[in-house]
Amino acid sequence: MKLTINGKETELNVSEDMPILWAIRDVAGMTGTKFGCGMAQCGACTVHLDGQAIRSCVTPVSAAVGKKITTIEAMQEDKVGQAVQAAWQQIDVVQCGYCQSGQIMSATSLLKQNPTPSDADIDAAMSGNICRCGTYQRIRTAIHEAAAKLA
Amino acid sequence: MNDMINLSRRSFIKSTALVAGGLVVAFSIPQAKRFMGVANAAEAMPLPAPNAFLRIGADDSITVMLAHSEMGQGVWTTLPMLIADELDADWSKVKVEHAPAAPAYIHTAYGIQITGGSSTTWSEFDRYRQAGALTRALLLQAAAKQWNVPVAGLRTENGAVINGKKKLTYGQLVETASQLETPTSVTLKKPEQWKFIGKATKRLDSAEKINGTAKFGQDVQFDSLKVAMVARSPVFGTKLKSVDDSAARQVPGVIKVVKVPTGVAVIAEHYWAAKQGREALKLAWDLDGHDKPDSAALLKQYQALAQQPGVQAAKAGDIASASKQAKQTISAEYVLPYLSHAPMEPLNCAVKISDQGCDIWTGTQMQTTDQAAAAKILGLKPDQVKIHTQFLGGGFGRRANPRADFVSEAVEVAKAAGLPVKTVWSREDDVKGGFYRPMFMHRATVALDQQGKPLAWQQTLVGQSIIKGTPFEGVMIKDGIDATSVEGVADSPYVKGTANHQVHLHSVQSDVPVLWWRSVGHSHSGFVMESLIDELAHASKQDPLTYRRQLLKDHPRHLAALNLAADKAGWGKPLPSGVFRGIAVHESFGSYVAQVAEVSVKEGEVKVHRVVVAIDCGLAVNPDGVKAQMESSVAYALGAALSSEISFKDGQVVQSNFHDYQVLRMKDMPKVDVHIVASKEKMGGVGEPGVPPLAPAVANAVFAATGKRIRRLPIGDQLA
Repeated sequence: MKLTINGKETELNVSEDMPILWAIRDVAGMTGTKFGCGMAQCGACTVHLDGQAIRSCVTPVSAAVGKKITTIEAMQEDKVGQAVQAAWQQIDVVQCGYCQSGQIMSATSLLKQNPTPSDADIDAAMSGNICRCGTYQRIRTAIHEAAAKLA
Repeated sequence: MNDMINLSRRSFIKSTALVAGGLVVAFSIPQAKRFMGVANAAEAMPLPAPNAFLRIGADDSITVMLAHSEMGQGVWTTLPMLIADELDADWSKVKVEHAPAAPAYIHTAYGIQITGGSSTTWSEFDRYRQAGALTRALLLQAAAKQWNVPVAGLRTENGAVINGKKKLTYGQLVETASQLETPTSVTLKKPEQWKFIGKATKRLDSAEKINGTAKFGQDVQFDSLKVAMVARSPVFGTKLKSVDDSAARQVPGVIKVVKVPTGVAVIAEHYWAAKQGREALKLAWDLDGHDKPDSAALLKQYQALAQQPGVQAAKAGDIASASKQAKQTISAEYVLPYLSHAPMEPLNCAVKISDQGCDIWTGTQMQTTDQAAAAKILGLKPDQVKIHTQFLGGGFGRRANPRADFVSEAVEVAKAAGLPVKTVWSREDDVKGGFYRPMFMHRATVALDQQGKPLAWQQTLVGQSIIKGTPFEGVMIKDGIDATSVEGVADSPYVKGTANHQVHLHSVQSDVPVLWWRSVGHSHSGFVMESLIDELAHASKQDPLTYRRQLLKDHPRHLAALNLAADKAGWGKPLPSGVFRGIAVHESFGSYVAQVAEVSVKEGEVKVHRVVVAIDCGLAVNPDGVKAQMESSVAYALGAALSSEISFKDGQVVQSNFHDYQVLRMKDMPKVDVHIVASKEKMGGVGEPGVPPLAPAVANAVFAATGKRIRRLPIGDQLA
């Protein structure tokens, strides 16, 4: 299978039905994208497929052929991703950190579609991403902070 | 806090040496006490190299070795702050590593290497400061030698020794320092000299956790490492009868199928193949005649037991005669479910067995017991088992298992497979795989006098013991009482403040595996006690805050937290229409936390708008870290209070993943305002004490809003 991951064309020896998550992690060896639930319930595996936030644990690689997969590893080169990461550091969001790749990918996608999200917009966009450390309040603050910096 | 620390030759194992181009300062301080029985196994082991709390590189880098595991609680930052203050370190040069499993890193109070009991900061407060201070003294001596001047005229600042206009960085002093005798006494700084301690400090693990480079156990990969999934019995305590693995072996990517004590392991090139291979197994389990837990039946059993006398955990006075004086008597039954910890990172453990020993990569809270368990399985000495602690994607107690369950199983898998293997749990495995907060029932009868003051307090608890059957049983169960079952009740200021009281415990036997869940016994006792107190206040027609103040008048730390939370929440002042307040205060792990919840109930749905938290934890080493832990505790406890429950039907766990084991999500996160009591009292913990008061504060607000008393968690659809 030929996949485009973070702008790089990558040939991976995987079956069509393998979720993107496992192709990225266990075959391509990029471990920034996390496994949390395997059924699109927690958002830890969130990546962008042609710019859209998707749950890579339930999306087969066949759905990504001819499209662009973007992962947390590429966010430092993304203007919005950069702003989100900077806000995350400024607000000191992380605790255990395991869910944060997914949180950042969801937040970046939100801000690309809606540069000035309200709290309700944040609730709607981010409630699919679970954080068991409960960093939600700081995530909310950091998203507003990133939005302000990007404006 | 500024006492002179004298370390005699006997108690101070001198070991300064140049290791890998750096200065290593290693020492051990005698353990104050050891209450966990496995301490001796670790004690007998030789010191590994490099062994240290602190390493200074020729490049000026300062590497702090963390004796505890970073699982989100922030010790990756807090412990380096302790060293940095005494060392006058350049904070930008500080790096952190998890220490190996070794005697040098044994908990100063618990006697094994463990991260738990909300104890890291207070238990390391002296040891890490001393490590910094001793190193600074050594570097001063080195500078004095290099410059050939007396130490007295030198000072240290921001990672360097300074002599007038001359300066030598710590890195430039490493070589000289390594040839010197380590000082045997140091004077620690006075609080007014602290630059880091007590100041809000940003996390040192932030950058790597937001760019995907932080390594969790799940992220351990190397060429020869394969991935395993284990098929385990659907009913706890039952064994495999037969397996047909012919289809599983045909799955592309599957390498081996092996039997292990816990079931059948499928070893594959990657997770996806292991999962498909496991699904292709045909398994039969020996379920006949085995006890099959069922939640409805358990409730009946617990209710019946709660009516019977159990083992006595506390007693004073005479309940029967005191009760005769009562104006009124309140009786109530409270029930709390089994709970899964459900850390974001599903359990995993990578194991590589070689001729020399065994290497284990995992996120663990209890290195000593994991090491001992692995050594036993492999017939090795504990020091032949190297534990490489990775970042923990959440712990909450699940990764501190006296039975070392997920590590032992992974060692068995690697041993049976004859390959380096990372055993990975699915979310379903995690939710169904046990080691839950035990289900608990409390039955309480409290007799009140004319003024509403308790005359007699009788409480009976029913639930499984966490400690029974573990290596800690001998030291942690006394006279039939597991202290973790009754904590928060037997030692409650309300109970002890009642002249006539009695606390009984029934420790139920079951194959359902149980474990400490963030705040342990306080996770149920906090809810029960603070809900009960609200019931008593209501029954005696008093304001819940005023009522608590009276009963806690001789407990200044409870009162300080209670008053601060009430004040900041504006207790008694008007709220928006439909919003009601509830309050609770509870001590656990040496800290005192009060919370005021602002709640509305619409069409049976509970909405928590704001939680005001006040904590007295003594000195707050990193105040922003304390705030983060309070926010975290509110979220963790609120998810459980509103909707989390593990239940059983026909012996099997009903829930399987986050769709039916529900936890808090962004949309339900209240605003959390945290206030820290300015306190010079003894330091307590912060990882757990924010959990116990949340559920009762919310439930008491629900009562204020609806008149319905919540006596069963989760709240779920009880208000519908």
